[in-house]
Amino acid sequence: MIAFTLNGAPALIDAPPTERLSDTLRERLGLVGTKVGCDAGDCGACTVLLDGKAVCACLTPAARVQGRQVTTIEGETPELTRLRAAFLVQGAAQCGICTPGMLLTAAELLTLTPQPTADQVEAALGGVLCRCTGYRSIIAAVVAAGQAAGQVAAIPVIEGLVGAPVQRLDGAAKVAGDSFGADDWRPGSLIVKAVRSPHPHAAFQIGDLGPFRAQPGVAAVFTAADIPGRNAFSVIPPFADQPAIATSPARFRGECVALVAFEADAPPDLTAFPLTWTPLPALATPDAAEAGPLIHATRPGNLLVEGRVQKGDAAKALAASAHVVEGSMTTAFVEHAYIEPEAGAAWMEGDSLVIRACTQAPGMDREDTATILGLPTTRVRIIPSAVGGGFGSKLDLSVQPLIGLVTLRTGRPCRMTYSRAESMTSTTKRHPAKMTGRIGCDAMGRITGVEFTGRFNTGAYSSWGPTVANRVPVHVSGPYLTPAISARARAIHTHGPVSGAFRGFGVPQGALWQETLYDRLADKAGIDRLQFRILNALTDGDASATGQVLRAVGIRDCLTALQPHWTRALQDAAGQPGRGVGVAACWYGCGNTALPNPSTIRIGLSQAGEVVLHQGATDIGQGSNTVIAQIAAQALGLPLSAFRLIGPDTALTPDAGKTSASRQTFVTGRAAKAAAEALRDMVLRRANAGQGAALALEGAAVVLRDAGLVTQIDLAALPPDAHGYALSAEATYDPPTSPLDAQGQGTPYAVYGYGAQMVELAVDAALGTVRLIKITAAHDLGRVINPTLARGQIEGGIAQGIGLALMEEYLPARTENLHDYLIPTFGDVPPIESLLIEVPDPEGPYGAKGLGEHVLIPTAPAILNAIRHATGADITRVPVLPHRLYAALGDLT
Amino acid sequence: MTPSDYARPDSLPQALHLLAGGGWRVLAGGTDLYPGAGAQLAGPILDLTGVAELTGITQDGTGLRIGSATSWADLAEGHLPDALLALQQAARQVGGRQVQVAGTLGGNLCNASPAADGVPPLLVLGARVELASSAGLRQMLLTDFLRGPRQTALQQGEMLTAILIPASALQGRSAFVKLGARRHLVISIAMVAARLVVADGRLAEVALGVGSCSAVATRLPRVEAALTGVPVDQALTRIREPDVTVALSPIGDVRASATYRAHAATELVRRAVARALA
Repeated sequence: MIAFTLNGAPALIDAPPTERLSDTLRERLGLVGTKVGCDAGDCGACTVLLDGKAVCACLTPAARVQGRQVTTIEGETPELTRLRAAFLVQGAAQCGICTPGMLLTAAELLTLTPQPTADQVEAALGGVLCRCTGYRSIIAAVVAAGQAAGQVAAIPVIEGLVGAPVQRLDGAAKVAGDSFGADDWRPGSLIVKAVRSPHPHAAFQIGDLGPFRAQPGVAAVFTAADIPGRNAFSVIPPFADQPAIATSPARFRGECVALVAFEADAPPDLTAFPLTWTPLPALATPDAAEAGPLIHATRPGNLLVEGRVQKGDAAKALAASAHVVEGSMTTAFVEHAYIEPEAGAAWMEGDSLVIRACTQAPGMDREDTATILGLPTTRVRIIPSAVGGGFGSKLDLSVQPLIGLVTLRTGRPCRMTYSRAESMTSTTKRHPAKMTGRIGCDAMGRITGVEFTGRFNTGAYSSWGPTVANRVPVHVSGPYLTPAISARARAIHTHGPVSGAFRGFGVPQGALWQETLYDRLADKAGIDRLQFRILNALTDGDASATGQVLRAVGIRDCLTALQPHWTRALQDAAGQPGRGVGVAACWYGCGNTALPNPSTIRIGLSQAGEVVLHQGATDIGQGSNTVIAQIAAQALGLPLSAFRLIGPDTALTPDAGKTSASRQTFVTGRAAKAAAEALRDMVLRRANAGQGAALALEGAAVVLRDAGLVTQIDLAALPPDAHGYALSAEATYDPPTSPLDAQGQGTPYAVYGYGAQMVELAVDAALGTVRLIKITAAHDLGRVINPTLARGQIEGGIAQGIGLALMEEYLPARTENLHDYLIPTFGDVPPIESLLIEVPDPEGPYGAKGLGEHVLIPTAPAILNAIRHATGADITRVPVLPHRLYAALGDLT
Repeated sequence: MTPSDYARPDSLPQALHLLAGGGWRVLAGGTDLYPGAGAQLAGPILDLTGVAELTGITQDGTGLRIGSATSWADLAEGHLPDALLALQQAARQVGGRQVQVAGTLGGNLCNASPAADGVPPLLVLGARVELASSAGLRQMLLTDFLRGPRQTALQQGEMLTAILIPASALQGRSAFVKLGARRHLVISIAMVAARLVVADGRLAEVALGVGSCSAVATRLPRVEAALTGVPVDQALTRIREPDVTVALSPIGDVRASATYRAHAATELVRRAVARALA
């Protein structure tokens, strides 16, 4: 028995002495606020205090806490109290998975250094990774918590309508240790483990399972043969090609080939699983794959999809241009590296299979899981857990069909948590791209034409490859008037990891190509690089590359907002060796590309006098729980504090679609606005009040005040409607788009968002390293619903753009952990100044546009442009690791 | 795991007695053992963190003694001679705070990674290691202890008990520079420690150590010879890349190419020397 003090109280626990303390806390003591991100000391998510000192619980043997004090996120100290409040005010918790580790590490710092500086915070917290925030808000929060010592903590904003910096409605849970996919399961749940391919391409044969099944602790074994429905899924149903459990051959390293369910108390040991592998030649690159044997028999040339946009005669336009630049850009697999590995639990409720898991797309999970398991969708219920980061990868199925199968076939509850290596090998990546082409302008610097071809390594299965292939040609002009364009993007299968959605769906790769060529073209034309972009910026009434006439175009405003910063930065950099300034812009269509994309929101007034918002848009940290509620409160005219949120839960919330394509604020926001307005109309009609009436909830009554007249609706007296509410309304919004024709012409999106970023940096030419000094980001949000959350999105997107530019490169079998796969740490993200621009879009709710993906797109090209400004080096491959930059600088001499 | 699969002795004799029985994996901070462990750390495990004799830093006329289980955090926070600045700077860059609190200098040496952050700063101190077994103590140079990647001179029943810095090496001032592609949580592309003794405006003693650029971190005898006796203000001009690279055998990996490593090592030597002189 191990006796220790846990959060101030005596604790006694029977655990194997070398069990990871994180497991002991979570599994034996039920303290699931301690999060596990890597089991290797690489991420710091599991940080607890041992005798007041920060340690990784995953590296601490349980026996070592004997006689000592352990503080977890479930504990309370004066430092933690101040820090929690400051985190909420600063928006320092987004998804919340790193938050417990951050808070505890910061708590130690505050005991040692009560009023730390920003540099001291950065140094002290450097061992904890965050993938959402870009760290700046965390630094600000810890500094503020230090300064708040002995004072009343900052007053959080908990009330407010559209435009108010309301703190996240789910924030209190985030700073207490939220409940993610791995954190809730039914007693006695079987532990599910996947047997995965160690090869990128290999035939396999499963031997006699009898002896393995007979091992003590093995509850069940499942292979592809046990899948009752259709063993093929894709996020885009016509492309369904990926098995939940593969039949031979395995097509990528990490592919699941069998499942084992272990009893809860048994060691989940797969070593004796009878399996024979025969490695086969693997097609690693699109080059090899285009000429190689077919990975899927129905896809000649291993081509999944080619997207194209054709407008005017680009070749002719370029031939007649005063200046033309030609260039290429190569990008790598990029891993989402959210700190929460995929996890979930399943159980039966009557006839229904209930799956609680981290996801961005509960509706799609439900349909695909039902199809795989041969169930009607009505028998599958998906309850999204809090999601510890998604960024696109948690749109695809992960644990859902696997745990669903185990529970369906055994009738027993089960759970599954991916290891870090499993999360990295088996889930989707950003598409590696090889892009090339030409851009021209006339003597005045006006763009004449663009020719672009890109090949995108889409990996073994379809996932979002078709979307990437279609999005890139639509966007590759950038937010600039481009009279003639010929753009083609091909998604090509290889035996690599499945490439899917990652914040931007290929647009960041295309922008790297286009924006770096723009700098060369501006130089050729002899025009300042920012002016060159302003000159060519799209304007209301301009037609896009797809022929769509645009309105509410905010790019010029964004670029113009950078002008004073640009002038100042160029002056600062002038004459300073190694200093460079770069700019790049973005545009991004919100929602599905030329496809239906509806969201539905329900809102009710209960007989008890509560506003209940059925909010089905999964909040993966970006803030939809708060933003959708703010929009609804504004439209309904009742205070945010009167709202109670339900969901997401496919049994309780109407489908608000997936959290992707920067669509939730726009699409679900519109649905929420419409539902709230409909409910308001019902209230007004019932009271015979005018549109201008002020609403208030007083007990179980809605009180209406209209020009001195006070009326009241007694909600308790109203009979419950079909949803059990005194009054309720439901509304659906689907953005008006039209399909693209064979030339890629049409109206693919109803709303676009715009942005431009400026990077200041210093290149250390002797080592090829880059130090970022400042990033200034101007983004057109149409209407800012919540400035704190908006800034959080910008800072987090920039951090991922920094990773894309400077360090992130996923190499199968070589970087399957968070110490060989590098993501930005504290100190890699410089101070960020966000300029929030509002060019209201007539289609967006209160004018709002999407933001989530836009913010990542300009960062990497702006960094490359700043490096070129600093050194003259044209960088054509990311990440710009030090050895690559050094080599590029050497090529100059 | 049964209790006999784990022991946490509270004295050195007890630890050595247990170790003599054989079959143990020795656990200190756990920052290397656990990441490689999978779901459960396989035993039997001999946990040394309860042995008080193995922690702490003491100094006498013969030199400085660092207990093998002294943590990075304790090293970083200790009041130590300037000759150990490199070691302290390295201690602040191993992993993050969490790893620095738990990880130990002795564990870093026994893990014998080519990228071990503790090695170059100890090489420039001419460090020796003290090994103990139930049969007694022996000492050897750190350079003899580190036999290759993941290979040490530890024998069955033997443990690393202390790192010893001779008094003669406590002279001068040292500095450490580490190169990676990000700011924190860096496994280095290359790293360099330099210890310099200056007398009458000249480099009277020069010790340089490079890590991550060869199977085992190494000193740079040619550069050291080229710098010794040189006026301080000319030091940087005497550091020539061929003198550095002749001592190295860098590899290309996910972090950097081999040619870049060789170049970077030279540049880091310059910076470490400049920092030690600053």
